[in-house]
Amino acid sequence: MSPEKLQIALYWGAACGGCDVAVLDTNEFILDVAAAADIRLWPIAVDGKYKDVEKMQDGELDAAFYNGAVRNSENEHIARLLRQKSKILVAFGSCSHMGGIPGLANFTSKDKILDTAYLNNPSIEPGNKTVPVPETKIGDDETLDIPEFYDQVYKLDDVVDVDYYLPGCPPAPHQVKAVLLAVVKGELPPKGSVVGAADFAVCEDCKREKKEKKVTRFYRPWEIIQDPTQCLMDQGILCLGPATRSGCGVRCPDTGQGCRGCYGPLPGVVDHGAKSLSAVASIVDGKTPEEIRGILKGIPDFAAIAYRFGAPASLMKRNEKQ
Amino acid sequence: MSFEPKIVGFLCNWCSYAGADLAGTSRIQYPANVRVIRVMCSARIDPTFVLKALRDGADGVLICGCHPGDCHYTEGNYKALRRYELLKQTLCAFGIEEARVRLEWVSASEGQVFAEVVTDMTEKIRALGPSRFRVEQENASQPVHQEVTK
Repeated sequence: MSPEKLQIALYWGAACGGCDVAVLDTNEFILDVAAAADIRLWPIAVDGKYKDVEKMQDGELDAAFYNGAVRNSENEHIARLLRQKSKILVAFGSCSHMGGIPGLANFTSKDKILDTAYLNNPSIEPGNKTVPVPETKIGDDETLDIPEFYDQVYKLDDVVDVDYYLPGCPPAPHQVKAVLLAVVKGELPPKGSVVGAADFAVCEDCKREKKEKKVTRFYRPWEIIQDPTQCLMDQGILCLGPATRSGCGVRCPDTGQGCRGCYGPLPGVVDHGAKSLSAVASIVDGKTPEEIRGILKGIPDFAAIAYRFGAPASLMKRNEKQ
Repeated sequence: MSFEPKIVGFLCNWCSYAGADLAGTSRIQYPANVRVIRVMCSARIDPTFVLKALRDGADGVLICGCHPGDCHYTEGNYKALRRYELLKQTLCAFGIEEARVRLEWVSASEGQVFAEVVTDMTEKIRALGPSRFRVEQENASQPVHQEVTK
């Protein structure tokens, strides 16, 4: 630890590890980061313990990058800890920005999730009755504890104040690099900004030719031989590009998959899923409810597609009836 | 106090708003539970408006437009219908009862139809009870999710 170096921390909450890999995907640039900064906590790559962070002065860290959603009490504890110890807190990736893939759990309930994971599933040993609980008594005066699993998933700014949002699942390495450089140089936009992304839709960056859209049938990408020069939506392949912020480098549409919406809504949009819904529904070529329902049958579980990365950030937040 | 549903009504300028106006000038009685917002076309109703109304405490949202084939802008009401069909699926995934959001075609001469739609919808929502967001707001003094407080 040297006083003239930047002090940074990276942490994963409810995450898959892909965001940490995205940092490593900056390749040798990560060595420049290590030269310019002391990485004080980074569970995937660097030794550093929670208790070391707890001992820091408030604001001792210059920047903390939190990836992953807030799903349990450990995630929340570290989110609060990093907020307290760091001058800048960056929500890194879709999960901390909008809830991400773990946020899909908001369509179901804690009990149902635990039931599927531990009790009723063909891959579980028959008769298993063990379900994780926050505290387990072992012996007379000893208890083991694990983090408490919450009823729903939260995005990072539901729990703490967030300075910047770096979207993406995961963020594109060139954007990670640009943002890390901006932090090192101290060239950051106003607080609350979405960084490492464009202010326009994915369609603007997408090279496919777009025409008047009229969809009579939706196809999964493997159900159709697609024309790589034409817009995916024109061919009936669901794409959230019209409603999604660009900056990713059009990674999915360029490989023949519709945009999944991981970069989140465009500036000024309140609910990403609702805008996606608006864009998708309006091109359905039907004039009666029956005709329209028939075409929409080609989209299995639209809500989970429209809110794939953002159920906790949506206006409806979760399904409370489950 | 008994529960009075709050319904936000988005009415198209050309048919349905005129229809509601006719209900008024004809002195047809209907429940005062609907709050009408005039929009130029039912296609102007972004699904976000519906979600926002529900989130802000409306117990129901009524969307009215011109009958199929009668749209002032030729195709706007079909777009509204398509969005409505997909919106219903989405609301169901979030556990919102289907009866809370309703699309009806009301022409400028159908004051009586408008009154009947509002009456029927008000009674159906009265039977459902307040929306969960309204309940949340009314209990705002108690944190809804106690484990997470900002």
